[in-house]
Amino acid sequence: MSCIRSLVAVSLIASVGFSTAVTAQEMISDTTARKQPLTTWGVQFEEFEYRYSDDDEELGVWNADAFYGTDDFKVRLLTTGEYEIEEQAYETLENQLVGQIPISKFFDAKAGVRFDTPEGPDRTYAVLGVAGLAPQWFEVDANLYVSDEGETSAELDAEYELLLTNYWILAATLDATVAFSEDREIGVGKGLVSTEAGLRLRYDLVDRAFSPYVGVVHEQKYGDTADFAETGGGSTEDWFAVIGARIAF
Amino acid sequence: MKPRFLTGLLSLLMPAMVLAGEYDLTVDRVKIDTGDFVKEGIGYNGASPGPVMRFKEGETVRINVTNNLDEMTSIHWHGLILPFNQDGVPGISFPGIKPGETFTYEFPIQQAGTYWFHSHSGFQEPDGAYGAIVIEPEGREPFRYDREYVVQLTDKHPHSGDRIMRNLKMMPDYYNREQQTVGEFFSDVSENGLMNTVRDRMAWGDMRMMKADVEDVHGFTGLINGKGPDQNWTGLFEPGERIRLRFINSSAMTYFDIRIPGLDMTVVQADGNNVQPVSVDEFRIGVAETYDVIVRPKDEQAYTIFAESMGRSGYARATLAPEKGMEAAVPQLREPARLTMADMGGMPGMDHGSMAGMDHGGMDMGSSEDMSGMDHSSMEGMDHSNMDSMDHSNMEGMDHGSMTMGKEDKSDPFYAKGSGLMPKAANGGKFLSYADLKAQDPLYEDREPTREIELRLTGNMERYTWSINGVKYEDADPIRLKYGERVRFKFVNETMMTHPMHLHGMWSILDVGAGQWNPIKHTINVNPGTTVYMETEVDEPGQWAFHCHLSYHAAAGMFRKVIVEGGPDSTQAKTDAIAEDGGEV
Repeated sequence: MSCIRSLVAVSLIASVGFSTAVTAQEMISDTTARKQPLTTWGVQFEEFEYRYSDDDEELGVWNADAFYGTDDFKVRLLTTGEYEIEEQAYETLENQLVGQIPISKFFDAKAGVRFDTPEGPDRTYAVLGVAGLAPQWFEVDANLYVSDEGETSAELDAEYELLLTNYWILAATLDATVAFSEDREIGVGKGLVSTEAGLRLRYDLVDRAFSPYVGVVHEQKYGDTADFAETGGGSTEDWFAVIGARIAF
Repeated sequence: MKPRFLTGLLSLLMPAMVLAGEYDLTVDRVKIDTGDFVKEGIGYNGASPGPVMRFKEGETVRINVTNNLDEMTSIHWHGLILPFNQDGVPGISFPGIKPGETFTYEFPIQQAGTYWFHSHSGFQEPDGAYGAIVIEPEGREPFRYDREYVVQLTDKHPHSGDRIMRNLKMMPDYYNREQQTVGEFFSDVSENGLMNTVRDRMAWGDMRMMKADVEDVHGFTGLINGKGPDQNWTGLFEPGERIRLRFINSSAMTYFDIRIPGLDMTVVQADGNNVQPVSVDEFRIGVAETYDVIVRPKDEQAYTIFAESMGRSGYARATLAPEKGMEAAVPQLREPARLTMADMGGMPGMDHGSMAGMDHGGMDMGSSEDMSGMDHSSMEGMDHSNMDSMDHSNMEGMDHGSMTMGKEDKSDPFYAKGSGLMPKAANGGKFLSYADLKAQDPLYEDREPTREIELRLTGNMERYTWSINGVKYEDADPIRLKYGERVRFKFVNETMMTHPMHLHGMWSILDVGAGQWNPIKHTINVNPGTTVYMETEVDEPGQWAFHCHLSYHAAAGMFRKVIVEGGPDSTQAKTDAIAEDGGEV
């Protein structure tokens, strides 16, 4: 029995020693992921579609972006292109890499570079923009560009989604480009350059990850830009039927 | 290692002397089958939910937790009062449990009631790492029952926690499938007129807030004890028996409105602490809360336990029946909840005047209600003196008088007046309010708080950022408390979402205006547009987590560390006392 007693004593001392050891390493500092800014990423194809024009022109078109970063700073890659299927050529091909920071409750500022490498002359631009959610649920993206040729232009994108149901969604988009100076080589005249308006009816088939849609798109060139296009034998106004999918992952 | 081995040996030799219950838990990858889908997840001892841990008040428990995952894990004993280094929060209590490692928790059980445990690492808890704790009291309980069941709810989602967080960050409405549609616009037009409806939509559009923003994550299957609605968990009874149901909401994100059509429920315990019995038809259980209710089915028939999510995007269902296989009708989900301008009342910098003008006619608020939902004095208005003078032995009498306000318009003072979340019992009967909760046997003497700390619950739904006083955890300094003080916390909810605030390690005394009879809880719901007070006797040294228990809100920054400075001559004195107790037996 006394042997057991001493064993008890030993273990008590030991366990006290153990807990003292525990209290000595108390108040650890939090270095877990919870204490770090949450890093997140996403990839989204707002548009990934086949277009068929009233001139029997066929296009493959995408408009996508990918981001990586925290609430305070994100890097975003934006890519958009129009591929002419018959001529096997890029009518437009734009890639932008921007850094993005929040500037207000609903808006972010962006700055970076844009590379245009379509069929024909290339351009590099500096980009400055704001993107966010305007009142009445308009998604807005406004950008100012200065090209390596010194020409400036601006682009405004707006999108509105109408929920016919919680799965059938009608998305209206408007995209307008204005040039503050002429860049004849790439067919851009001063003033309002072009608009693209779209209406797409989609169905969220797999969460919000895969949503097939059909729609119509109207493209119009204006002023000198339209004249340049006509001179080059191109069209100034096009209607397209589109079919595609919105993809996010 | 050696001392632990010796103590272990000792407990084997002389269990009576050490009075320690030894328990083993393994953390495992498991398959979770909800009936709707099968999903890889995390569980304990090979299953999710884990086992029901049954402890005895007064014992010292040793729990060996073996991590069979290939990532760090941890177990937090939700609601248990214990030394902070046993609380199981990585980075605050301890470093966490490495893959392959066994960590032994050891702490005295100083309380009784229904609690739960869960991982506090990453999104392991939404992924399935949770279980129930039942602690048998030392003394007699002030209520009787013939049998008991744990009824543990969760909102099992087909997506992993990491993916849900990323999707919410990418598109905050990613999971919301109860948004207002064109169809709802026209039905509102026919009900309220075109101009009212347009003005209503414009007002919300101007704020860029959604009335449908009640639940961030839809698309889950509600589980009860791990069983989906079709798998129908069933608890058996003999007619006439009193059954104690220990409801635990272990959801990541979902509040449930619970009813058992055909049965009265008598609420006897909230968050593990006995309350003066309240008879209700339905109650809302916030994330991480527990409620013990007693039901007494007299007939030889099945009864459905129906738990609708607060936003009505999903439900859990189980059955009480005299025989296996019997079932009762499963009610339909009610209409999706819609927030009102009253729920926006907490938002700073809003033009309340124009909002007040806005709401009438358009909303279902009724003309008598206005923006006085923001008038929190109504809560204070539940006259304390009145309560103290009441005869507490007469529980039936409790409800009346004190709650006149609540009785008249059936509105709950813990919701903004005119709130779209205001609960209503499906059968038109009594819906439990926080205001009904009165401690059965106060744990602490009532005293004046030594100071008040204001915590504004803040966030930005469009960015899916959540914070306290506008600061996320990553940028925040700890909240420093002094051992021995009694702190009054003032929660001001400036968001449009409900936040279940959970302080680890010390009790949250919810101010329902009942003075010393204020109930003792571990998780306090703060509804949108409201201010709620709780007091804490700072009686545990160390450092503790304090956070919103919605998994993705906590992870997005609505989280704080609390440091308790000073203490009785350190934790060591306590350990000594416990060791002596053990030795004397």
